[in-house]
Amino acid sequence: MADDIKPRLRVPTSAKKGEVVEIKTLITHPMETGLRKDSDGKLVPRLIVNALAVTYNDKPVLNARLEPAVSANPYLAFFLKVDESGTLKFTWTDDNKQSWSAESKIEVT
Amino acid sequence: MALAGALVARHAFATTDQAKDWLAGHAKGAPKDGKVSLKAPEIAENGNAVPLTVSVDSEMSDKTWVKAIYIAADGNPNPGVAVYEFTPLSGKAEVSLRVRLQQTQKLVAVAEMNDGTLFTASREIKVTIGGCGG
Repeated sequence: MADDIKPRLRVPTSAKKGEVVEIKTLITHPMETGLRKDSDGKLVPRLIVNALAVTYNDKPVLNARLEPAVSANPYLAFFLKVDESGTLKFTWTDDNKQSWSAESKIEVT
Repeated sequence: MALAGALVARHAFATTDQAKDWLAGHAKGAPKDGKVSLKAPEIAENGNAVPLTVSVDSEMSDKTWVKAIYIAADGNPNPGVAVYEFTPLSGKAEVSLRVRLQQTQKLVAVAEMNDGTLFTASREIKVTIGGCGG
């Protein structure tokens, strides 16, 4: 199942210096709340992506902490002020401390 | 319907006070109304994924920025929804996400400024079919 977990990004490839751009991300993940029962009536243990850290050129942009109330395949849109060309890096972490990373480059034009 | 009734009876739901406590546990102090806005549909047909946008009307400079947004819900099994911490690099204090809502309830957001000032806003969302995997 863990193989199905895949980050997706929508990040502009270029921006004007000082421009505030919108970043959209999604990671395919069931976000098991720990409250759902399987077909045998047993509770499915909680397993959610509980954190997302975003950095630009290694400087923190956004840190998210998620609870089970965030929907499956957690989607997030946020903003970034682009003052220089660089690499936007995303790291998601789940309850089992497993993590997934993705990155995307933005060029200042 | 009987099944839905049994599920509702089984789960204890968070209350408005628990949502407040959860928020107070993250942001100390008394939040003032204003600056924060929550955008969401008035009626959500599917509580499994309700689109929500929370934004804070503030500059994002090195002097004044929104440090964090805390989001809670008062009718889910647990009150917490998410925490987003920003930096001046964020450019704009706004996040869009999708939330699970078990029933009709109120979403509350608190914004914490870099100087510790707190602002809040809330919004009721009517839910036709609840989420949360009940």
